[in-house]
Amino acid sequence: MTPFTFERAASPAQAAAAAAATPGAKFIAGGTNLLDLMKLQIETPTHLIDVNGLALDTIEPTQEGGLRIGALVSNTELASDARVRRDYALLSRALLAGASGQLRNKATTAGNLLQRTRCPYFYDTNQACNKRSPGSGCSAIEGFTRQLAVIGASDACIATHPSDMAVALRALDAEVETIHADGSGRRIPIAEFHRLPGDTPHVETVLEPGELITAVILPKPVGGRHVYRKVRDRASYAFALVSVGAIVQEDGSGRVALGGVAHKPWRVEEAEIELPRGARPTTERLLANARPTRDNAFKVTLVERTLGSILKQARG
Amino acid sequence: MQGQSHHDLSRRDLLAAGAATLAGSSAGSPANAAPASPGAAPASEARNEPSSAPTPGPVRMPVHLTVNGTTRDLEVDTRTTLLDALREHLSLTGTKKGCDHGQCGACTVIVDGVRINSCLTLAVMHEGAEVTTIEGLGTPGHMHEMQAAFVKHDGYQCGYCTPGQICSAVAVLEEIKAGIPSHVTQDLVSAPPLSEDELRERMSGNICRCGAYSNIVAAITEVAGSPA
Amino acid sequence: MKFDTPATTNPIDHLKVVGHPHDRIDGPLKTTGTAPYAYERHDVVAEPAYGYVLGAAIAKGRIARLDTSAAERAPGVIAVVTADNAGKLGKGNFNTARLLGGPEVEHYHQAIALVVAESFEQARSASTLVKVDYKAEPGVFDLRAARGSASPPEETAISGPPDTSVGSFASAFTEAPVTLDETYTTPDHSHAMMEPHATLAAWEGDALTVWTSNQMIAWATGDLAATLGIDRSKVRVVSPYIGGGFGGKLFLRADVLLAALGAKAAGRPVKVALQRPLIPNNTTHRPATIQRIRIGAERDGTITAIGHESWSGDLPGGGPETAVGQTRLLYAGANRMTAMRLAVLNLPEGNAMRAPGEAPGLMALEIAMDEMAEKLGMDPVEFRVRNDTQVDPEHPQRPFSSRPFVECLRLGAERFGWSRRDPRPARVREGNWLVGMGMAAAFRNNLLMKSGARVRLAGDGSLTVETDMTDIGTGSYTIIAQTAAEMTGLPIEKIAVHLGDSDYPVSAGSGGQFGANNATSGVFAACAKLREEVARRLGFNSEEAEFAGGQVRVGNRSVPIGEAAGEGEIVAEDAIEYGDLDKTYQQSTFGAHFVEAAVDVATGEARIRRMLAVCAAGRIINPKSARSQVIGAMTMGAGAALMEELAVDTRRGFFVNHDLAGYEVPVHADIPHQEVIFLDETDPISSPMKAKGVGELGICGVGAAVANALYNATGVRVRDYPITLDKYLDRLPDVA
Ligand SMILES: Cc1cc2nc3c(=O)[nH]c(=O)nc-3n(C[C@H](O)[C@H](O)[C@H](O)COP(=O)(O)OP(=O)(O)OC[C@H]3O[C@@H](n4cnc5c(N)ncnc54)[C@H](O)[C@@H]3O)c2cc1C
Ligand code: SF4
Ligand code: FES
Ligand code: FES
Repeated sequence: MTPFTFERAASPAQAAAAAAATPGAKFIAGGTNLLDLMKLQIETPTHLIDVNGLALDTIEPTQEGGLRIGALVSNTELASDARVRRDYALLSRALLAGASGQLRNKATTAGNLLQRTRCPYFYDTNQACNKRSPGSGCSAIEGFTRQLAVIGASDACIATHPSDMAVALRALDAEVETIHADGSGRRIPIAEFHRLPGDTPHVETVLEPGELITAVILPKPVGGRHVYRKVRDRASYAFALVSVGAIVQEDGSGRVALGGVAHKPWRVEEAEIELPRGARPTTERLLANARPTRDNAFKVTLVERTLGSILKQARG
Repeated sequence: MQGQSHHDLSRRDLLAAGAATLAGSSAGSPANAAPASPGAAPASEARNEPSSAPTPGPVRMPVHLTVNGTTRDLEVDTRTTLLDALREHLSLTGTKKGCDHGQCGACTVIVDGVRINSCLTLAVMHEGAEVTTIEGLGTPGHMHEMQAAFVKHDGYQCGYCTPGQICSAVAVLEEIKAGIPSHVTQDLVSAPPLSEDELRERMSGNICRCGAYSNIVAAITEVAGSPA
Repeated sequence: MKFDTPATTNPIDHLKVVGHPHDRIDGPLKTTGTAPYAYERHDVVAEPAYGYVLGAAIAKGRIARLDTSAAERAPGVIAVVTADNAGKLGKGNFNTARLLGGPEVEHYHQAIALVVAESFEQARSASTLVKVDYKAEPGVFDLRAARGSASPPEETAISGPPDTSVGSFASAFTEAPVTLDETYTTPDHSHAMMEPHATLAAWEGDALTVWTSNQMIAWATGDLAATLGIDRSKVRVVSPYIGGGFGGKLFLRADVLLAALGAKAAGRPVKVALQRPLIPNNTTHRPATIQRIRIGAERDGTITAIGHESWSGDLPGGGPETAVGQTRLLYAGANRMTAMRLAVLNLPEGNAMRAPGEAPGLMALEIAMDEMAEKLGMDPVEFRVRNDTQVDPEHPQRPFSSRPFVECLRLGAERFGWSRRDPRPARVREGNWLVGMGMAAAFRNNLLMKSGARVRLAGDGSLTVETDMTDIGTGSYTIIAQTAAEMTGLPIEKIAVHLGDSDYPVSAGSGGQFGANNATSGVFAACAKLREEVARRLGFNSEEAEFAGGQVRVGNRSVPIGEAAGEGEIVAEDAIEYGDLDKTYQQSTFGAHFVEAAVDVATGEARIRRMLAVCAAGRIINPKSARSQVIGAMTMGAGAALMEELAVDTRRGFFVNHDLAGYEVPVHADIPHQEVIFLDETDPISSPMKAKGVGELGICGVGAAVANALYNATGVRVRDYPITLDKYLDRLPDVA
């Protein structure tokens, strides 16, 4: 871990301005991903801007009937919020399926969205990795790929995005609210927030230098049955092999988003028209063009079976 | 090496100035190409490309903590985790380092009433915080009821995960009381029950390789009163 | 004390303290965080420097250039130790690869440098400035591919002969009406103990003290001296608390050597803990196996032919995983063979992990027995009962010292409700869950090893036991105190136990489930000597003297035991040494595992619902800590069945998932309530304690019991561990 200077940000705008102006600066929120990577010399910021003092830790109703979740709301607080449990159960469920109680107490909404891949070769600085060191190559392709992506990957990178929460947010059509160094803000639809790897797997989101996430906005509740199924080798404290987040309405229509299959939470809106017809046709469209490896081909079957089980549960 | 800053000179000034902004101090460093978002994290091939540039020295900062009821004033390298501050600076070695990466739970402590992994947080992020460690729960002569229950039910073997298990266990009972749901809570809308399944799920962030799980759950159950 | 005839009645038989479920005497320290582990010795060294280990980035080859100059110039750095400046180093008896690599690199993450700095943060930071150029060489990393090149390993006391044969296996197998010929695989496993290997080293002149985390003090002392090329008498190894070992801390490892070298280079004490992501590749692991099992039987279930072959790999000079050992002893059968073959692999060093040999061996054998029972249309319990033997099947004149194997099977079946199991697989469904039951035999040998202890009796009637025995979570402190209390008649509160110090008499150490029985027998021997001296000083006939309630009594005369010591103390030291009772008799421990498991019909997620182990392991010195040993081993075995695998990158030659997020071990949510029943038995042929090892029995067979339960639940037989859902998902019933 390279030495770094440390400041406690006073306001969102000041934090964004400081980040833009300070070379090598990064925000730190819960620190549960950033410090992990800094210890391994994968992230090497020379200046940390602690955003924990910013008053971004509340969940407020929006005028549109949704919720505005402050960027610093912890994963535990978010999952436990009565409104979220009632109206956005998918989000509660996804959060509670992630990490551990201790980590969720520290992990923040913004940090969770921005956590980086768990690709084991990304984590080992002896191994070439385009995401860690652009242009160096990808050691994972042809290597141990059981956990890695089956769709949307590129010849440069086949990593997955590990967040459970992001899968729920994708299904819920959330938006990410940010502030720039110049004080201006924007709202980024979650669908556009994370990027596919392409030739630049090190660029993971559309955030610009210094851009600070201030909140995540949930549109008004859509009702339906909310189910998040996370499938993993051990019963808890493990990343997903595959996760399926679904909202199923009385009439059989609904939404599905997947975790553990791609570089971003995976959702194909056009596939959802197949939902009333069942898991197989839906999965066929959701994962059309999937290019699994020998080690992770099972993920395609697993998605279909898991979705099948969810639809059955929702109907019953 | 990439990511190595060249703005040594300004470092201390920066701190002194309360670190509002620091403009243009290191144009040209490869790290500068990297914005602060993980969208374009600086590449690092640390092992194989050491820098010829001078290595910056540590940055030190004061931090004030209340640990087990006692005020502690420290001056630490900003890189010091809360875990290392406790273990190395305050000699409170009851809190264990099993992995240093959030993967085991041995370092669990209670900060401002909430259990966290002390290995994945910096000491300087906890200015003014109240920290409770295993030493703050009880002593060999006066054990906390959870500690006593662990002894009674043999909820440990090598003892290395144990302080983390106990801190977690104490916090878990509070979390259930506070109505925080878990992955296995069937009904999200009502209060979570105090069942063995709930305890197992909630304790899953504390790995015990000795495999004392069955006994740990027995110990916590006893402290909690009989499960609903 | 020489133990060469079976034990007769002795003071342990009073069972006033021994045999009771005493709380651990180290419990209050461990649960309050006051038991000091190696990296935490602020009490012995105030301000050590910190070492950070750099591991090799290639699996095999040479370091072409190693430039430490930038690291040396980094803030706070005191020294950088590499093979270039460490001086001439030897290699310990128990190491295969060198602990400090360079210029030759023998395996991935072999330590090649230690950066010593004023602070941990500085050492870690500077380690990234060490510049290394490698010349990688091709290596062999894939056991399956290397299987053909494997050869018979050298016979050693530990590994046994590479080939065994009794009768005529080949013809008996061909002629048998019912046969099975299947191949099973087990992957590489990591010990993943919670405390990383850690050492604090300090030199005083030419004398070295290391506070470390090690299971075998005498081995560590000898190997450290040998590696450094100094006299053994100059080395002191201290290891009172050990945060788990499971075989991973049987040997001197890089933390000890590097701390010692670092302290020398820095001119002050240095402490080193192996960073977690380094541990799986830097240290030892349980090697993967390929096992072929052939069983031939009569239609009534009598085994006529049993053959077990195993292939494993290790670095040049390493040894095999002895996965066939139990098959020589567990079941009857007139015609039998075993074979081990060892391939040279350039993966990290393979070595002992909890129940080496039996753990992976029974994972295979006990699935094979389940498959065979099904072919025979027999109940798996009855099939095993049918093939029980009371003698060593290879040497029928050699009986087992005690073998209540059938009792374990029967009692387990009864307690578990085995009769409720539907023998037809995939028949029981509860909602979305397919439910099944499985069982397997547990078997592990009882090893006898010389073990010494010293006891000191003070005038106030307090007793101190000193032995280099270690407590790795096994409960050694407590059972040693119980033994000493029973032998001297003192209350257990009067007994202080000091362990894990090379200044103390050499014990058996902790490993191979030989610790408890041998170490307490060593304490028994020392206490027996003490009793004689006490009796002599008090003018009693030691044969008649009774030691109870803190008093020594003959007839009406009763004297507080402390009086024998007067102002000073009485010191008695002895060791237990064994004759050939383990040659005349086969000494083993037995058990039966029963498991109920459920599989989600859609996703294939497997969950264990119930576990029961019935164990026969001689006298159980402390049922509370012994039970913990068994449930812990069952938990590790459940991990081996369901999730544990070091994933090999066969191109680059390393274990890819080298941390605790990647290498998954069971968490709370994976483990249900576990039941353990100990048969009430004593084995006077084993030792004066009449006890046997129990610490590893619990892992033996349990993985197969889980596997068999999963098969019973799903009807899909998986022969490659771990049994993860990707291996059977497509064969589960359709859910769409
Ligand atoms: C062992 C382990 C297991 C885990 N298991 C799971 C799991 O099963 N499922 C899962 O989803 N997650 C899992 N996690 C990941 C965990 O959820 C993330 O580490 C956490 O959500 C990150 O949040 P944080 O606040 O700690 O982020 P930080 O570490 O503080 O930050 C992460 C990144 O976000 C940036 N950042 C933070 N806040 C802002 C902001 N407001 N604006 C712009 N940038 C910002 C930081 O600069 C950094 O780059 C696991 C983590 C560990 C260590
Ligand atoms: S898959 Fe992506 S993250 Fe993994 S090694 Fe390849 S480039 Fe790096
Ligand atoms: S040391 Fe913090 S989680 Fe392992
Ligand atoms: S008691 Fe050893 S790891 Fe839990």
